[in-house]
Amino acid sequence: MASATVDAPAGRLQVPGSMQQVLKLTRYQLREYIRSRRFVALAAIVLVIGAILTAVVAHFRGAVISTNLAYYGTFWGGGVVFVIVLAAVFFGGDAIAGEFQNKTGYFLMGLPMRRATVYVGKFIAAFVASVAMMLLFLAILVGNGAYYFGVNLLPWQIWLSLVLALLYLAAVLGATFLFSSLFKVSAYGFVLTALLFLIGFSLIQDVVTMLVKIEPWMIISYADSTIGEVFSTNVLWGLTGTVTQSTIGMGPHAVTTTTYTAGVGEGIVIMLVYLVVTAAAGLWLFEREEFT
Amino acid sequence: MASSIETFGLTKRFGSFTALDHLNLKVEGSKCVGFLGPNGAGKTTTLKLLTDMIFPTEGGCRINGVSVQDDRKRALADAGVLIESPEIYPSLTPNEALGMVADLRGLAASDRRDRIRTVLGEVKMSDWADQKVGRMSKGMKQRINIASALVHDPAVLLLDEPSTGLDPRGMAEVRAIVRDLKQSHRLIFMSSHILSEVVDVCDEVALIDKGKLLFYDTLENVTARFANGHSTVDVLLARPITPEDVARRVTPLPSVAGVQQLDPKRLRVRFTGGLDGQEHLVEALVGLHLGVVSVAESESALEEIYLSQISRGD
Ligand SMILES: Nc1ncnc2c1ncn2[C@@H]1O[C@H](COP(=O)(O)OP(=O)(O)OP(=O)(O)O)[C@@H](O)[C@H]1O
Ligand SMILES: [Mg+2]
Repeated sequence: MASATVDAPAGRLQVPGSMQQVLKLTRYQLREYIRSRRFVALAAIVLVIGAILTAVVAHFRGAVISTNLAYYGTFWGGGVVFVIVLAAVFFGGDAIAGEFQNKTGYFLMGLPMRRATVYVGKFIAAFVASVAMMLLFLAILVGNGAYYFGVNLLPWQIWLSLVLALLYLAAVLGATFLFSSLFKVSAYGFVLTALLFLIGFSLIQDVVTMLVKIEPWMIISYADSTIGEVFSTNVLWGLTGTVTQSTIGMGPHAVTTTTYTAGVGEGIVIMLVYLVVTAAAGLWLFEREEFT
Repeated sequence: MASSIETFGLTKRFGSFTALDHLNLKVEGSKCVGFLGPNGAGKTTTLKLLTDMIFPTEGGCRINGVSVQDDRKRALADAGVLIESPEIYPSLTPNEALGMVADLRGLAASDRRDRIRTVLGEVKMSDWADQKVGRMSKGMKQRINIASALVHDPAVLLLDEPSTGLDPRGMAEVRAIVRDLKQSHRLIFMSSHILSEVVDVCDEVALIDKGKLLFYDTLENVTARFANGHSTVDVLLARPITPEDVARRVTPLPSVAGVQQLDPKRLRVRFTGGLDGQEHLVEALVGLHLGVVSVAESESALEEIYLSQISRGD
């Protein structure tokens, strides 16, 4: 009796290629960001930041926006770095740890996918969602810029700066995903990313500059200044940074501070190295992570 | 090619603790294998190794001939998996969650809707198809988990205590599903603590304790081997019977090896002679006019074997 039924025809199931699975997973993850209101919440925060910025610019006018280059250098360059870190925390902070903590990873692990597929799919989703936030922020800035300088005065540097910002985003997300796969508790990933990128790295950068007295090329936040730097009139394109010494006070009480500024090429290299190293390390970790 | 699950020298240590100790098991064909063992025996550990959720300290395993450790994607392509009640993204509905599974597994888009409707029907969740999973009870989620293991109609099923958290009707439904799957040439490997469920749906049983395989054989062989040729039936009477009557009239019947009075109206009779012995026994019992209303194969047979085998390890 049992033999009356036959096996379903072979080939009824064609497991998609890994690249296809990555894109499918990306789509589902993006839907999840929208469903879980993370997307809306961060968009609201970016809008608030944009509103404050608009008010500040309107209030101080000439003092802060002498030229369109200075305007974009200051407000886009300074603001987008913050938006990027927020987006990384929102979309990447628990990307991996959350799969363990909420046990949703056990659902995915039953599927015929390589582990890397899960990691990369979630990474791309976080990247796309973050880019949407960056573009929202850019739209607010360009709106303001057009009001004060006219639409024709959108400087070409903005496109280069956007590329640098995308690269920085990828590097920050790489680190965020790495932190997230170090822990099985979501909160740690959030906290570590936020602490390091909002305070930690710039603190380390200061320590390296002031105490060790070398160029802080090994710190990712050193590279982020290039996003605003490209609008400067005497921008350095090269692979080396510059040193600026400034002395405050006179005589024996004079304090000399040293500031390093990364060259654009140097910034690109730093960001690329961070991206490659963190992505490789995170993937390596996730490939070895056990769902116990 | 027949479906198969195979482990060779499969070992898992957590630190110095050995959770699974050189498990060698080959399960093949279309049948249901019950995977039994006390809490902490290593059942979930085995199933997680079989699905590449954790990695073996030694040895390895194959599904349908494909090494799980070398190529999890291909090994799991035709397998349905339910291990340790995973959580589905709470914002999804069953329709969406199953749609995602079907999509990632490569079920043809044209078949998806039908398959999803079918499996949701099988686990009796059709009315909840568009409600958020996050708001569902534990048992309802488990039903969705079962559905997602079935949605692509896999050739091999790996189920870790599938009836956990289900109500009695849900458990019966799971049994019916497993029985159906067996009929349609599927290989099912299922851990369970519910021996009656195993007796009901499984053809073979594997018993492990403290990470070691004690035996793997067909249910009949296991029962025969450990019962020393004895079988057991539970007899229900319409009227109470005194212990003296039991000793005087039931115990001396041919082929009876022992009688235990469970309560005034219930007897557990051990006998020899297999089916023939059982036929003679039942005829003789009825002939005594004790008011026999039912004679049922004792479900305790496997339980007794289970308990005797497990305690031996202590
Ligand atoms: N991550 C871990 N770290 C340390 N020990 C573990 C880990 N996971 C499981 N164990 C141990 O391995 C042993 C086997 O666990 P397993 O979950 O496989 O048992 P089980 O047979 O599924 O039990 P149950 O019937 O309770 O589900 C247990 O003693 C458990 O404590
Ligand atoms: Mg278990």
